[in-house]
Amino acid sequence: MEVTIVGIKWDEILITGDPIILGSQIAILLTSLGIIGGLTYLKKWKWLWREWITTVDHKRIGIMYIVAAVLMFFRGGMDGLMMKAQTARPEMSILDSQHYNEVFTAHGVIMILFMAMPFLIGLMNVVIPLQIGARDVAFPQLNALSFWLFFSGAMLFNIAFVVGGAPDAGWTSYFPLAGKEFSPGIGNNYYAISLQIAGLGTLMTGINFIVTILKMRTKGMTLMRMPMFTWTTLITSVIIVAAFPIFTVALALMTFDRLYGTHFFTVAAGGSDMLWANLFWLWGHPEVYIVILPAFGMFSEIISTFSRKQLYGYKSMVVSIVAIAVLSMLVWVHHFYTMGSGALVNSFFSITTMMIAVPTGVKMFNWLFTMRKGRIKMTTAMLWSLAFVPNFVIGGVTGVMLAMGAADYQYHNTLFLVAHFHYVLIPGVVFAVFAGLYYWWPKMFGFMLNEKLGKWHFWLFVIGFNVTFMPMFFLGLNGAVRRAYTYSAESGFAPLFMLSAVGSVILAAGFAVFCYNIYWSIRYADRNISSDPWDARTLEWATSSPVQHYNFAKLPEVKSLDAFWYMKKNNEGITLKDEEIEEIHMPSNSGLPFLMCVAFGIVGFFLIFEWHLLAAVSTVLIIAGLIYRSFDYNDGYHIHKDEIRKTESTWKKMEGKVNNHVS
Amino acid sequence: MKLKMLVLSLVTAVPLLFLSGCEMVVFQPQGPVARSIMELINWSLMWMLLVVVVVFGLFGYIVWKYREKPENMGYEPPEEHGSTVLEIVWTAIPILIVIALTIPTVTTLYDLEDVPAGYEEKEPVVIHVTSADWKWIFSYPEEGIETINYVNIPEDTPVLFKLTSAGTMQSFWVPALGGQKYSMNKMETELYLVADNPGSYMGRNTNFNGRGYAQMEFEVLSQTDEEYDAWVKEVKETAPKLTEEKYMELLKPTHLGRLTYSNTHLAWINHADHDSELVTDPEDYRYHGYQGKIFDQEDKKSNEKDTTDVENNEEDHGGDHSGH
Amino acid sequence: MSANVNTSLPLEYQTEQSRMNILGFWIFLGAEIVLFATLFSVYGVLYKNYAGGPTHQDIFMMKEVMIQTVLLLTSSFTMGVAIWEMRRNNKKGLIGWFILTLLLGAGFLFMEINEFIHYIHEGATMQTSAFLSSLFVLLGTHGAHVTFGIFWATMVIIQIAKRGLTPVTARKTFIIGLYWHFLDVVWIFIFTFVYLKGMVL
Ligand code: HEM
Ligand SMILES: [Cu+2]
Ligand SMILES: [Cu+2]
Repeated sequence: MEVTIVGIKWDEILITGDPIILGSQIAILLTSLGIIGGLTYLKKWKWLWREWITTVDHKRIGIMYIVAAVLMFFRGGMDGLMMKAQTARPEMSILDSQHYNEVFTAHGVIMILFMAMPFLIGLMNVVIPLQIGARDVAFPQLNALSFWLFFSGAMLFNIAFVVGGAPDAGWTSYFPLAGKEFSPGIGNNYYAISLQIAGLGTLMTGINFIVTILKMRTKGMTLMRMPMFTWTTLITSVIIVAAFPIFTVALALMTFDRLYGTHFFTVAAGGSDMLWANLFWLWGHPEVYIVILPAFGMFSEIISTFSRKQLYGYKSMVVSIVAIAVLSMLVWVHHFYTMGSGALVNSFFSITTMMIAVPTGVKMFNWLFTMRKGRIKMTTAMLWSLAFVPNFVIGGVTGVMLAMGAADYQYHNTLFLVAHFHYVLIPGVVFAVFAGLYYWWPKMFGFMLNEKLGKWHFWLFVIGFNVTFMPMFFLGLNGAVRRAYTYSAESGFAPLFMLSAVGSVILAAGFAVFCYNIYWSIRYADRNISSDPWDARTLEWATSSPVQHYNFAKLPEVKSLDAFWYMKKNNEGITLKDEEIEEIHMPSNSGLPFLMCVAFGIVGFFLIFEWHLLAAVSTVLIIAGLIYRSFDYNDGYHIHKDEIRKTESTWKKMEGKVNNHVS
Repeated sequence: MKLKMLVLSLVTAVPLLFLSGCEMVVFQPQGPVARSIMELINWSLMWMLLVVVVVFGLFGYIVWKYREKPENMGYEPPEEHGSTVLEIVWTAIPILIVIALTIPTVTTLYDLEDVPAGYEEKEPVVIHVTSADWKWIFSYPEEGIETINYVNIPEDTPVLFKLTSAGTMQSFWVPALGGQKYSMNKMETELYLVADNPGSYMGRNTNFNGRGYAQMEFEVLSQTDEEYDAWVKEVKETAPKLTEEKYMELLKPTHLGRLTYSNTHLAWINHADHDSELVTDPEDYRYHGYQGKIFDQEDKKSNEKDTTDVENNEEDHGGDHSGH
Repeated sequence: MSANVNTSLPLEYQTEQSRMNILGFWIFLGAEIVLFATLFSVYGVLYKNYAGGPTHQDIFMMKEVMIQTVLLLTSSFTMGVAIWEMRRNNKKGLIGWFILTLLLGAGFLFMEINEFIHYIHEGATMQTSAFLSSLFVLLGTHGAHVTFGIFWATMVIIQIAKRGLTPVTARKTFIIGLYWHFLDVVWIFIFTFVYLKGMVL
């Protein structure tokens, strides 16, 4: 039966006929109703709008990023578990091949673009302005817009599997498969449009953080006195600005191909599928460094804090991140050595790729030597950072093996590769965001996550991770390929696949403990803690926890690296004299970024369904938003001295009688 | 304590897995191409193991020795900025390792482009490989035969596979015999393989190309020269002829079992030609979900749509195994 | 953030927020350079894939393109004069030259649209071949930037008229100036690598 009214096939919009999807549809409906009902019942709508949705405060935006990222981690993780369940035994039929394809596509995209990146950007948002002694980012409203565009893109992508059909060509979305010639459903339109919207937000974040870090550092903080996380954020932002426009173009051309019948990547009429592969990885490889570099920065901070030592070889750390950033743009071909570009090309890219191991090795040794002669305190945050070292080394050495073009002919597209990049991304990014979350949680909320639960979380997750992914190396070497929804019993893959599936359950248990830890800590954790519970070294710990919205009553002055450590040691610059208090200028909240999120969501949705007229008409919403913004001369407001005096004396008084939870 | 346990268990688990790994196909090469890659892999493994041992050792030692204990709570670590000598050391050593890996990588890369060493004298057998959704088509232009989802080759003879695709991109891989290479429409890539001995080897696609990808496998059967010649002869005498119409039917997105013909499709189309026509039909790829607009090429309108066929495809989507 | 004003600098640089906006815009232009560089590379890969459709020589109209080029180059010059008038604190002069700039831009756009219509009449559409896809999208992206610039500049002219020359309106004008010159540079590359090269080859 076909129901077509005004050119829209109404009966095809919702995906029907599959129990898992029906269940999800019902679950989504019930959850939405629950949230709406709960907010109404608790009369929280106004609060939500005033305090969160319209906020331009970098700390709150950061927290919203993190909340969204944790939710996306849950979704992506469920996808991972579904795949592990499906391949636990040969010839299983939990998912059919089409669903498996949709699931690994969603998993890859969500984990990288909607989990790893927002998680890191969230922590960057919370921490960076504080670390450089600033009151906000350079463009607070743009920052809010960045978040809301990310959110818009993420939500669009997430509804795909219940509305209209999910993308199913892998997170790399290779052509010609992803083109209309071989994927006529609209599923892959979701990929093109929603990543475009989210990507615009990321690009703005990049610009915002470059300007923030270059222009808003407090007095005395020269470039070479910046904390390592600030350095990595700066370099990451540069990579974002250099790489994301390539993705913008690639996605736009994909959109043209799929929506308007052009021939960029098609087989017919002179298009080139290899062009897509090149453009994708020209962005895609830098992208993995966009997620790994901030993580490196966070590990640097945490390892230094809990070893009670300055970061070893600070200068060489800076040089190596710059070197990694440069090299990251010169290696993209290693993703398709097997395309037959010839020995010369492959040799060149083998060498550039292997060269990345050199600066990375330098960083490894610097971390180790930071700990040497230190006094290593085994907090949960530190445990994550410690586990990072050996696990990431495994990811790194297998990376070097994959970099060797000729050897890659045997590893390419196998589970060896899948194991490798999970050994890079999970220790490199996931361990880092967990470490960062445990570390900065008290700064964000004024209480700590439970350390004991934290250790359960840690051990389950790390063991589960290794049990899940170590077997995949061997499966790959034995001929098991990626993205295959099943395998035959004769293949002999069954035992290792089973082991891997068991591992993923342990991993999931770790994640469950993490969620429980958040719940437990929100309910029961001690609120009476110091603003500097870890005896840390950088400026974000020089102010109250949770941080007052103006960050610092008086902007701190920096005389050396690890500024706060030396402020504490020399006891200078910590106290606030009454005559130093001045009025503080702050930006006003704005509802516009959220409205733009809605507008982009609507236009994006219509484009995905190829309802061009509706899309064109609703573009008016976006234009209206831009015009409104152009004529908006709201200049913010001032915080009066009395209010500052009151806030400051409250938290400083608290400091005297806190409970110490760490030593 | 726990940390030490973790390190210990990791350190013991890995070699154990390696031992069991001797059976892995990549480490059991059945021909000179796969062997040269395995040698490269082994060489890299040795160095990588060295790196792992050094870093893990250093890591275990430092973390164990400098962990906080009740006895050393009063210890305040010294201020230390770095050491130029050490920095140079741990920059230089990785560079040396990279060089040690680069040289054999580059030489192997060049070697793999050509007939394997020692086989230059023998005239290679040329086999055109056409990958389609979701089957492998092998054409022997010299012999004038075509097989689907299996390929017979003479042992100890270099075989030149000329790869192309009828549509989506695939990757041709016979791990026991050598590395893989992509097959792409309007393009031809080449791959030399040699089998040392008679035997049956698994080959497959490694580049994801839609619903039928998991089962896109084929068998490589290496035979003695006599067996091979006999097989060619038999095929030529007994196998049916492939017609163009039948060929177009084969290209539809389906799983087929093994098929054999006594002529090749190269007579009417070689998908590697730059101006060859794309003969697949997007209509055949319709599946669940909201359907978008398809942009047909004018010249392809002649392809009639056969509705019964579309239904057949939908039935075998999660699909049964190709026949072997 | 803080509104401390440094009056020794040109108007558009006087506040810290303005200096940050201008730096931010320079970085944005860096991103735009990457964007256009990517489009040029795409064109560079596909420009000979005519797929049996029309070629460069079949469709290009060099006389019209020359006029477009002159219009856009002149508009870049008048934009420079406008900024110069702004520095002299001459609001009237600024608005006058600014409007002239936009008129020239609109003239360019009018000709470009005509050019596209001509191509389509010749049977050269975006869907015909990879060459034409990349040509239309490269030119179209540039044209869309010009269109956006005209609308944006109109907003700013209204603001200057209403509020006079303030640090904020001066900064907005200055930023549009940067944007406009950038589009001019992109056009020079298009003119050289698309039209000239296309006619010669
Ligand atoms: C949390 C536990 C995780 C599990 C159980 C898991 C599991 C998997 C599995 C089973 C696959 C598909 C293998 C295949 O059949 O090809 C996969 C692919 C992938 N995973 Fe994960 N993964 C996890 C976490 C992550 C994280 C944290 C990231 C990134 C930050 C990530 C990124 C990817 C990517 C990019 C792919 C490739 C998708 C594609 O082939 O298009 N995964 N993962
Ligand atoms: Cu890469
Ligand atoms: Cu190709």
